[in-house]
Amino acid sequence: MRLPSRPAVIAVLTILALSSCGSGAPTGGEDVTLVIAANSISGGKNSESADWIKRWVIPGFEQAHQNVKVLFQPSGVDDEQYKTKIALDLKSKAGADVIDLDGIWVGEFAQAGYIKPLTDVGGPAVDSWEGWSQIPQAVQGLGIFDGKKYGLPQGTDGRVLFYNKTLFKKAGLPDPWQPTRWEDIFAAGARLKAAGVPTPIQINAGTAMGEATTMQGVLPLLAAAGSEIYTDGKWTGASPAMKDVLGFYQRLYTSGLSDPKLQQEAKGRDKSFAQFAAGKIGILAESDYFWRSVIEPKAGVAPMADRDSAVGFAKIPAKNPGGAIRGQDFASMSGGAVRVLNPFSKNPKLAWELLAFMHSAAATKSQLAGQARISSRSDVNGEVLHADPMLEYVADEVLPITAYRPGLAVYPQVSVALQEATAAIVSGKSADEAAAAYQAKLEGLVGGADHVAR
Amino acid sequence: MIRHTIGRLAATVFIAVVLAFFTLPMLWLASAPFDATPAITTSIPEFTLRNFAAILDNPYALGSIRNSLIQGGGAAALVVVLAALAAYALSRVRIPGRDVLLYVLLLLSSVVTGTAAMVPIFELATRLDLIDTHLGVILVVSGGLLPAAIFILKDFMDETPTTYEESARVFGASSLQILRHIVIPLVRPGLATIAVWALASVWGGFLFQFILLRDPDKAPGSVILYTLYTEGGSPRLDLISTFSLLYSLPVVAMYLFVSQRYGFRFHGGIKR
Amino acid sequence: MNTDAAGLGRARAAGFVLPALVLIGVFLVFPALWTIYLGLTDYRLTGLAAADPQVVGLGNYTRALTDPRFLSSLWLTVVYVGGSAILGQAGLGFTLAWLLRTRAGPLRRAVEGVVLLSWILPSTVVGFLWFALLDRDDGTLNALLHTPGLGWLLDYPLLSIVVFNVWRGTAFSMMLYAAALENVPPSHLETARLAGASVPQQLRDVVFPLIRRHVLTNLLLISLWTFNDFTPFVLTGGGPEGRSEILPVYVYNIALKGGELGVGAAVSFLILLINLVFALAYLRLLRGRRRAAGRPPA
Repeated sequence: MRLPSRPAVIAVLTILALSSCGSGAPTGGEDVTLVIAANSISGGKNSESADWIKRWVIPGFEQAHQNVKVLFQPSGVDDEQYKTKIALDLKSKAGADVIDLDGIWVGEFAQAGYIKPLTDVGGPAVDSWEGWSQIPQAVQGLGIFDGKKYGLPQGTDGRVLFYNKTLFKKAGLPDPWQPTRWEDIFAAGARLKAAGVPTPIQINAGTAMGEATTMQGVLPLLAAAGSEIYTDGKWTGASPAMKDVLGFYQRLYTSGLSDPKLQQEAKGRDKSFAQFAAGKIGILAESDYFWRSVIEPKAGVAPMADRDSAVGFAKIPAKNPGGAIRGQDFASMSGGAVRVLNPFSKNPKLAWELLAFMHSAAATKSQLAGQARISSRSDVNGEVLHADPMLEYVADEVLPITAYRPGLAVYPQVSVALQEATAAIVSGKSADEAAAAYQAKLEGLVGGADHVAR
Repeated sequence: MIRHTIGRLAATVFIAVVLAFFTLPMLWLASAPFDATPAITTSIPEFTLRNFAAILDNPYALGSIRNSLIQGGGAAALVVVLAALAAYALSRVRIPGRDVLLYVLLLLSSVVTGTAAMVPIFELATRLDLIDTHLGVILVVSGGLLPAAIFILKDFMDETPTTYEESARVFGASSLQILRHIVIPLVRPGLATIAVWALASVWGGFLFQFILLRDPDKAPGSVILYTLYTEGGSPRLDLISTFSLLYSLPVVAMYLFVSQRYGFRFHGGIKR
Repeated sequence: MNTDAAGLGRARAAGFVLPALVLIGVFLVFPALWTIYLGLTDYRLTGLAAADPQVVGLGNYTRALTDPRFLSSLWLTVVYVGGSAILGQAGLGFTLAWLLRTRAGPLRRAVEGVVLLSWILPSTVVGFLWFALLDRDDGTLNALLHTPGLGWLLDYPLLSIVVFNVWRGTAFSMMLYAAALENVPPSHLETARLAGASVPQQLRDVVFPLIRRHVLTNLLLISLWTFNDFTPFVLTGGGPEGRSEILPVYVYNIALKGGELGVGAAVSFLILLINLVFALAYLRLLRGRRRAAGRPPA
């Protein structure tokens, strides 16, 4: 076996070479190294964000802080896999100094002792940061757990109903279109179907879609039915509002207005995007991500050259006017990523400086360069969002009525239970059966009926 | 005689059907990378080489294939050498309970290669300071492959005749010399097969490679392939199909090399 | 029979085995035992149970064994292993080895080439290949069969992954049986044929007794590998509605997606025990008869 021994030698040599310039310990004495970790990678997932860190953040921060070296540790994989890696790092008290997390993970990471409140890590400088006044309270909530600030929010999003204006015209439906009750959605769906649209409505359902089912389907509808998934220390079980939501699904998937099979396919969500872009879906519930990354005319996954003229957007209506949460007429759900400090950082003060630097107005503007996106800072949003009517719409009309998910460790499992309830309906079960099964599963997950409201 | 001819004809038809069955799924790999707008479907491509230019622009793509070679090659070398030594000894010397021991190890390897072993493996690598090293990946994956490799090679060595070894011993050869000059040449196709098997197993592995490595400049192709998605998790098929093709080529090349040079089979040239 | 022809001696033999044993001890036995220990706790990746895991004894096991999802997953796995490994891979692998045994030339090389290629392509790549084949809307298979819109992965998820795994893993069995068949002297077969034995009779009376040990090795390994095969996840994600959620996928969903590492570890150990049951069954079926026939044990 002469042959394979050479790679082995190369491997050993490479390890020797690379381990001598590792990322952990400062080498000289005054030199300090900071590491940023994010689920983005050049040439892959969230490429722009990775490029921004490499081209703007690192040179900028290193210039202002001599003797500090900043390294970037990209990932760019499935969120669950990234979460696993970060959790393992923090569990062994290692890992990057500044870490990207989905806002929804903050609670479970805090409970596990993997992260600490920003002030505990970064010191008093945290509270006197200029940026706090620019971030709306609701958006700050993305990084808050148990009343303490664990992370700085990077931005947020909102869910709306996208519709194909060309198909609407064909079906004789108005433009602009704004349903004011659930019945209006079904009515539009029926008209679209009559006009020959293959799949009039796409509201994500089932387990294959994963969190997209919960975030784009169940939770906005639940908010529209007047309820949140977690309030006052209790999870929402088979309550009247939840039964309304499941009833909505049952009607949708038994009336031929939606394609049940699409919800079961492993790549169903991608297909729904492609079908919308191809003019086969009339109405689709998604976040603004759909607008800026999916049907975006140039670089989208399912580009629509005539997006700006052919695609409309409307708020998700309450079941009946005034029936959504807080007595609203409309509802939505929002999420977003945050950046946290590693409590085991060797240079926590400096790490906070880096984090604050990454969230300054200049940094936020630079990160957005070229692409419109809703950042966490009002001052920046005011400047950039008018470039894109859809995002301006989300910022002005949707964010004031939106809601956020509870950042608790058991939430991912509750989310799966919700997905399973919709999956049961898609495969032919009734809303009542699905609700009963969900109630039983939920009680098992959250520690008994005492923690469930119905 | 007629029965024989019909039988042979039926066999040929069967083989042709099998050939089609095995070839059919691979068509996508031959068409999508050259398609200007690839989709999850095999079609006559609107021919372009733009996808290859795009994947070469990815800063990690080519490096990741080199990393796969280091990790896969390192693991294959380690597995082949250690398994050959162990299998030879176990085959030639009677050690009580060896079959049971081997099978228990085989069973344990099924636990370690699963998702649930993630935390122990990670903590172990952390304590041994193997995080973010090629060596860490090589050692971890080799541990999972070794029992099966020893199991297969021992079977193999049991089949090779011992008469040559006996004569060599009479002429005063040491046991390492016997292994190198007599046994290894006899079992070379088996060793080559195990090497390709080990390489192919490591080549597609994702989870352990991902959690053990930090620097994307050390990430293997399987990890980089997973990054070719958008923010919302949609696959970028132009990049994925092209990279899939590039990333499969080294394994195919190694297979062709091995089958040309050693033959790809589980038996030596001489029978007992 | 194994009379230490090389004059190795126990001490030197131990020296040969030692490097492998050390590596296996550190990177296999140790983490495996640790995982089995985790199976006795309520350990999770995040949340309160990550900070302070509690030993729950056999709680995870009773939970798994009473979970209908686990039981259905177990049944799916048994069907999956039986269909794709034992019948599919071993059956097709043996058939190919038998048919190709007397042939040479381009057809044989082509068949061996594609079968082996299916085996060595990276699993992530293979997932996309099968998507392109089985897709509901524009899959190659639907185009060939003129069955547009037939969702193979949705309507026949288990069958789909069984066929997939036959495609994926037949190479190993084919190679092993090709080697085994070289142990069968052609003269024996010729004699049987002249005596009027049909092919099934030849296989049963002449071939099988000679390759029994290979069959055992083959079944042990492919069952074990198929029991731990995670690749179908790429195709169906376990769906729809868990109808293709074989045990490795179940463990992944529980341990990585749900973060319940303790339960995942317990189920991993249950998979080990089921493998053991299969192994004992094979040994009984194949080795027992061998002893009875008066041949020396392997």
